Formats: sequence, structure tokens, C-alpha cells
Amino acid sequence: MAEREQIRKPAPNERENEAAGNPSASERGEELKAELDDLLDEIDEVLETNAEDFVKSYIQKGGQ
Amino acid sequence: MAIAKTFGIETEYGIVHRGTDDPNPITASSLLINAFLASEGYKPDARSDVIAWDFIDETPGADARGFSPLGALPPEVETHLVNAVLRNGARYYVDHAHPEMSTPEVADPRSAVLYDRAGELIIQRSMAAAHELLPAGQELVLYKNNSDGKGNSYGTHENYLVSRATPFGRIVRHCTAHFITRQIFTGAGKVGAELPGQRTDEVHYQLTQRADFFEEEVGLETTLKRPIINTRDEPHADARKYRRLHVIVGDANPSQVATFLKVGTTALVLSMVEDDLIPHEFEFASPVASMRHVSHDLTLREGLPLADGSTITALEVQWELLDLAKEYVDRHGTDATGGETTHEVLRRWEQVLAGLERDPMELADQLDWVAKFRLIEGYRERHGLTWTDPKLRAMDIQYTDMRPDKGLAWRVGLEQLVTDTEAIAAISEPPADTRAYFRGRCIDTFPEQVVAANWDSLVFDIGSDALRRVPMMEPMRGTRAHVGTLFDECESAAELLRRLGT
Repeated sequence: MAEREQIRKPAPNERENEAAGNPSASERGEELKAELDDLLDEIDEVLETNAEDFVKSYIQKGGQ
Repeated sequence: MAIAKTFGIETEYGIVHRGTDDPNPITASSLLINAFLASEGYKPDARSDVIAWDFIDETPGADARGFSPLGALPPEVETHLVNAVLRNGARYYVDHAHPEMSTPEVADPRSAVLYDRAGELIIQRSMAAAHELLPAGQELVLYKNNSDGKGNSYGTHENYLVSRATPFGRIVRHCTAHFITRQIFTGAGKVGAELPGQRTDEVHYQLTQRADFFEEEVGLETTLKRPIINTRDEPHADARKYRRLHVIVGDANPSQVATFLKVGTTALVLSMVEDDLIPHEFEFASPVASMRHVSHDLTLREGLPLADGSTITALEVQWELLDLAKEYVDRHGTDATGGETTHEVLRRWEQVLAGLERDPMELADQLDWVAKFRLIEGYRERHGLTWTDPKLRAMDIQYTDMRPDKGLAWRVGLEQLVTDTEAIAAISEPPADTRAYFRGRCIDTFPEQVVAANWDSLVFDIGSDALRRVPMMEPMRGTRAHVGTLFDECESAAELLRRLGT
């Protein structure tokens, strides 16, 4: 099926001016990656000890 | 003319009673809320433990289409369960088998985030207070999610005040397109799928908690055969002027950016609908299927079939709505959408769409579905697990564990839009710029005289012959600007009522 031609998508440079022009974007990416690695290092201490039982027993009544 | 929006968010939390062989979620929810109320010094009452919710004006069966289809099931109002009104104007109660927090009415998207966060802190205080009351080894743990992974879902609903003059059919057409496509930033993420007949190994991970549970395009139900557009017509305000759009398609978001955008973009779309400024509609060939399709497509690249035979992606729809919203704000200002904060909505909306288009993983500090995916995928790779490993499903649930030291969402580095200092204040202080101010101040100042409360009235017992009802049919009246000095000057509820002229 044809793409809708009438949808005007802004040119990439038009809409990415803020995010791409932000020099801290890649630094923030590195920071996030380091934080994720740290979290993955310590996560086993936080995670439920018996994942299978925990998942099985997590039963909720339906609501809205 | 678009009217100034009033917003609110209702969240049903998942609840687990640990350390008992015989858990009962209704009893546990009541205990949780009563423990909070007692620990915060709310007044005990002869009939219930607290200032009671008043159901006299509740009509959840009213249908916005002006008729109720045969077989439609209006929700039942359960009046016997704990149901409290808080000093910040919120309602905290047991609904079905869940504790539910309804924020006070707010007048801008940032305040919606603030009171949603205050609600999270109230839940944390409630868990701590319940811990004091329970036998050793028992604990109540709350989850800010919308599904147990076994086909049971519970809701997070948004509410928007819109003009009664706007034809409901127009709201349905445009909001359907927004609700299907906004999932790319509102989704809280889920491991697997819960569609009947869907093999879970076909969908490892999807954008939303809720998309699997929608079966209709338009309807009154919220618990069965859930519709994309809910038609409950219960404005809790002057019904000649207003309707309340009750939005049931959203996920509960630990991410404040996601909550901010969820509410902020929807307010903009609704204002454009009220002013009839969306030039053409995106009529989806199959809205329910597209809802799921968007949720299941992590590439965000797959086309959704429109009724005219063409296709469009969720991102394309959102870019167009953003462009229209920018134009709308240029021409009409921000009075209808929460004032200056609207510019922040537009800025973040654009940033998030640009990020989603380049690489969604850039948004790991912004959006829940990305933060959760990155964490779970990182763990999966590190340990060489398959997607069906229960550890990953456990991480999904634990993402929204409300215990600050256990909940993964509180540790993944999500950007905060409000400080916890502000949110702690918002536990006991109402918003200044809606009628919630009057409600909250009355509960705080005259707890002995307020015998019942609901969204649009308060009932006082000032010792005279009859109970006195103060109607609040205008959500933007009763603000600090209107009545703030009255509370400073009045020494009694009787004086307050006299000066209000009731």
C-alpha cells in the first residue's frame, strides 16, 4: 500500500535541531550506559530470589 | 472556543500481601488506606473511619452518546469500602480489589505530574504504616502497573474537562488516532503478551501494559470488553457546560516525562478538537488491531492501514499532531492547555519524537518502555537468557515495585520533573488553582464539620437543623485566589458558610 503523500514530515534537520544540536546528548548516553552496567552488577541482590514462584504468585483481580 | 482544561489521574495499584497463606486483596487494600489515614491524623468518624465520600451525584452509567446500548454494563459503585478524601483534595479508596488514588483536579500538566508523584509517596507512606500494624513477617507491597501478566488488568485513567458544545463524534474520531499512536511514548512496557490465542513467544516485549485488553472502539465499559474511547458521561461539574473525557487506554507511568507528555499532548489534541482545527482525520481501518499493532512493534516503523487504503506509522501521526499543536499554540495561546507549561510540552514532545525516530534507546532516562526494555534486555544478554525466562517477567513486575529500595524504576535514572520536596508538600496541600483547593482546605481546617465530600460538593454539619451542602459545579472556582483569605479569616465552618452565602 502506498504511503500517504499528503503527510508533511518535517525535514530531519528541521526537527532534530534541539536534540542533535545538544552536545551533552552523547555524554548523557555514556552516563546512562555506565549507570545501567552498575545497576546490572547489583541487580541480583534486589531481584526476587525465586523468580518463578514470584511470577506465579503475582495474581491480581481484574479492575477497571 | 476551547475551555481551560482541568485534569486528573486515577491509578489502581496492584497489591500483594506477603507472608500470609490467605491473602485477601480487598481487606489488604482497606488496611493499607486505614493505616495511612491513622498515621496522618485523619479524624475517626462514627460511621466510617474518615470523612466519607458522598455518592449522591455519582452516575457512572450515563453514556456520552446519549443512549445506553442493550447489554452494556455500567460500573457498580461500591459504597461500603474505605473511601477517603485527603487534605490535598485527592480521593483514596478501595475500588474492585485494588487501592486507588485519584489525584485532585489540577489545571496544568506539570501539576498532574506533581500530584501523581504525591500519590506515589502516599502509597509508600501507606506501606510503611501498614508494616507497623501487621504481624512480624507480613508486608503489603504495591505495584504501579496495569497487568498481572495472566490476563488480569487494572486501570490508570486520565480525566479531561472538555466543552459540552463539542460534538462527541468529533472527539471520538480524533482521539482514537491520538490514543493509538501516543503509545510510542506513553507505554510502560511489558514482557510477553496476554491476547487470547496469541503465543507469548511471538511477542517478547511490547510497548504497553494495556493494549492487549482493548476489544471495542467506543463503549461504556471499563472492566469488560474495554473500549478505546470510553463514553462514561459523568462530568462532576455543570453538565450543561462540560463533559469529562474519561480516558482508559493509558498505562501507569513511573516516568514523570511519560506522564507529562501523556496528559500534555492529550490536552492539546482535545483543545484542537474543541476548536475544530484538525484539518483531516486519520480514520484507521481497524482501530483495535492498530492499537495492538503499535504496542507490539518495537521498530516503530510498521504502517497502520487507514480506511482509505493507505498506511501510516504512529510516528507520522504524532509528527503531524505536533505540527498542528505548534500552529495552534501560535494562534490561540496556551489558556486552554495549562498556560506556560504548554511550551514545555511542545518542546519535550518534539524531542521525544526525534529520539524515537533516531534510536529509542536514547530515551532510556525519559520513557518507561525504553528504560524497562534496556534493563531487561541488558540482563538477558548478560546471563544468556531466553525471553520466556521467568526472571525477565519478574523484572517486569518489579520495575513498578513501590518500595524505593526494590522498585527498578526508581533506580534506572529516570529524569524527574518535580522534586520530592515539592511532592511531599503536595501530600497535604491542594493545588491552588482549582476547586480542589476549597475541598482540601475544608478537610484540613474543619475536619469535624465536613461530614461528606465528593468531586462537586461538600456536606457540612455545623450543628444547626439540617446538613448544609456546598455545591462546586465549576472546577476552576474555589481556588486560593477566590477563597484563600476566607480560610485565613474564618474561625469556624459556620462562619465560612455564612460568608460564602450558602
